Amino acid sequence: MGLAHKDLLGMQELTVEEIRLILDTAESMKEVASRDIKKVPALRGKTLINLFYEPSTRTRTSFEIAGKWLSADVVNVSTSSSSVAKGESLKDTGLTLQAMHPDIVVLRHPASGAAELLARQLTASVINAGDGAHEHPTQALLDLFTIREKKGRLEGLKAAIIGDIAHSRVARSNIRGMQKMGMEVRVAGPRTMLPRFIDRLGVEVFTDLERAIADVDVIMMLRLQIERQQAGLFPTLREYSRLFGLTLERLKGAKSDVLIMHPGPINRGVEIAPDVADGPYSLILNQVENGVAVRMALLYLLAGGGQAGQSG
Amino acid sequence: MRTLITGGRVIDPASGLDANLDLLIEDGKIVRMDQSVPGSGFQVPRSGSRVADEKRGEKGAKNAESASNNVDRVMDATGLIVCPGLIDMHVHLRQPGREDKETIATGTLAAARGGFTAVCCMPNTDPVNDTRSVTEFILDTAKREGAVHVYPVGAITKGLKGEELAEIGELFEAGCVAISDDGRPLMNGELMRRAMEYAGMFDLPVIPHCEDLHLSGRGVVHEGLVSTELGLGGIPSASEAVMVSRDLLLAELTGARLHIAHVSAAESVRLIREAKARGIPVSCEVTPHHFTLTEEGARRFDTNAKMNPPLRSEADRQALLDGLRDGTIDVIATDHAPHTSQEKEQEFDLAPFGVIGLETALALTLTTLVLPGVLSLKQAIAKMTSEPARLLKLQKGRIAEGADADLTILDPNREWAVDATRFASKSRNTPFHGWQLKGGAVATLVAGKVVWEA
Repeated sequence: MGLAHKDLLGMQELTVEEIRLILDTAESMKEVASRDIKKVPALRGKTLINLFYEPSTRTRTSFEIAGKWLSADVVNVSTSSSSVAKGESLKDTGLTLQAMHPDIVVLRHPASGAAELLARQLTASVINAGDGAHEHPTQALLDLFTIREKKGRLEGLKAAIIGDIAHSRVARSNIRGMQKMGMEVRVAGPRTMLPRFIDRLGVEVFTDLERAIADVDVIMMLRLQIERQQAGLFPTLREYSRLFGLTLERLKGAKSDVLIMHPGPINRGVEIAPDVADGPYSLILNQVENGVAVRMALLYLLAGGGQAGQSG
Repeated sequence: MRTLITGGRVIDPASGLDANLDLLIEDGKIVRMDQSVPGSGFQVPRSGSRVADEKRGEKGAKNAESASNNVDRVMDATGLIVCPGLIDMHVHLRQPGREDKETIATGTLAAARGGFTAVCCMPNTDPVNDTRSVTEFILDTAKREGAVHVYPVGAITKGLKGEELAEIGELFEAGCVAISDDGRPLMNGELMRRAMEYAGMFDLPVIPHCEDLHLSGRGVVHEGLVSTELGLGGIPSASEAVMVSRDLLLAELTGARLHIAHVSAAESVRLIREAKARGIPVSCEVTPHHFTLTEEGARRFDTNAKMNPPLRSEADRQALLDGLRDGTIDVIATDHAPHTSQEKEQEFDLAPFGVIGLETALALTLTTLVLPGVLSLKQAIAKMTSEPARLLKLQKGRIAEGADADLTILDPNREWAVDATRFASKSRNTPFHGWQLKGGAVATLVAGKVVWEA
């Protein structure tokens, strides 16, 4: 079995079996990280382009390391949004890259749907590393991997995703991924940051943090974009933090073995208190570590030895 | 030049006429309407052309009665429908300024292909149609290069900036049939009030594009399930309805004639229905894409499903059908908005709003509204002929002896696949490419002259 896709655009398109395949493959990839010589030849002669239209440290670095450990040639193209405004369209950028025969293009872009647009231009595989508020599937996959690693299973677990759901691609990908894997998902945040029809995605909706986290197995805090204050979505950081910041005090009402996750980068003291972020329940750094393994698995399945990888 | 159209079912909603009649056309006017006599000799065998024609003196016309003896052309409309030429009161012809998207020549040819004999072009050109000289340029160009009649709509405010009134009196004298801020909603309620009072002096309809720009924000699709799933910015229905509500109140205040452009939301239909019941002088239009499609159209980030107002929910679409059925919605208009391929082949957020509609409107009306019985054929034709003519006070949209011979011959049974690559329009931005539709125009006559035939 392999991935029957040219691209990975979102969790929406993955089947349960495919998600399981990626997570299982990631387990063997994780072993590479523990070696002295962190290199396997799986993608030797393959070219990976990281095309990032938004600033990113962890995702870009994670893909870069994943590619390098698999022996791919990795090229980073950072395009600030200002140079996009200057001229070349995403379509033309895609055609230009196509002419250089990459095998995989990893795209991070501020517009929802950008990865799908690029994928239509390229014969190379496109991996969506975050498009607008649409999807960030590799984040969801590494989150699922991390939860499964800690809990030994996914099915039947309950997760609460807290914060700016409306603008979060992490939330959208995780809602889809978790639900597919049999988890129950809740969302919580200020009403102004919850899409009006979010309940139609099959999630339970809360505006009270403590009620939302009361009996869940996983709490996933989202990064608050400070500029949302100007957009009128919340009054002050102080009030946001008072109502939706995760503190040790608030955690007292949660399960004793609850997992705390955050896609990063964190706003210490805003959505998550420092002692929670650094505390024993926090998986924030495990998420980063597992990110490399999950991305190695994906690269391998899309461009490497995965039997169906090239025909799909 | 004398043309005879024989054997067709003539439908004229203005007079209630629905009968098999022959129409004799001379010097651009309908000069005689006669009972069609089957086998009278007017009818000629179908040739390759959808509308068979025959030159005087050739076989088949021999037995024709006196009227046809000196006819230049006989058009056999047996099995077809002859109706007043369709009028589209909402198009963007892009000239002057964006001739890469459309010109008066290409836009009016697209209109003719779609069965339209008249179009009203919106003022958001470059320069904006806010002065006599631009109006005259449009009218002159249309006279020289246009396939169908063009009636310009003037700007409400100078440069559509929403700051000062344009010279509405002069626009009226120059030939503008309405004023509109289309595409650039007039957010200043006080200025809207003054515009309505001022336009009232000339009995010009005011056509608002109802949208509260603050509520729309950075929205690019309807705020609904699809925007939630795709993470695209949502435009709530309230963005439209809030402004519909404001403008209805201002119409009540000023007594000016208000025509609300491209209604998309159930709330708007409800508000307009209530306003009409209370006697407020309001009319409104709906586009074929809004009564045919829903927000689901944007599911694959298809930028040809991006327009403003956005495609809304199925419940909204049903409300539009109800509004059409009960007469709340007076007019079907396309909001034909051409954009180049490179503009549309962009990220969804960056692609411009708008789709073209002239070459699919009639077929969509027949397929979506008439075939399932939402509207009778006569009602549907009225919303594309006599209704816009009435609202704009055009001496058009009717079939009668002495009336202008602007006519559309349509075949309600013609099945065809939409192929945007063959459009007369310069642009290709239609969400209906590849659709299988039933019914459409087979010939369009403007002032007695065949400007297009299949």
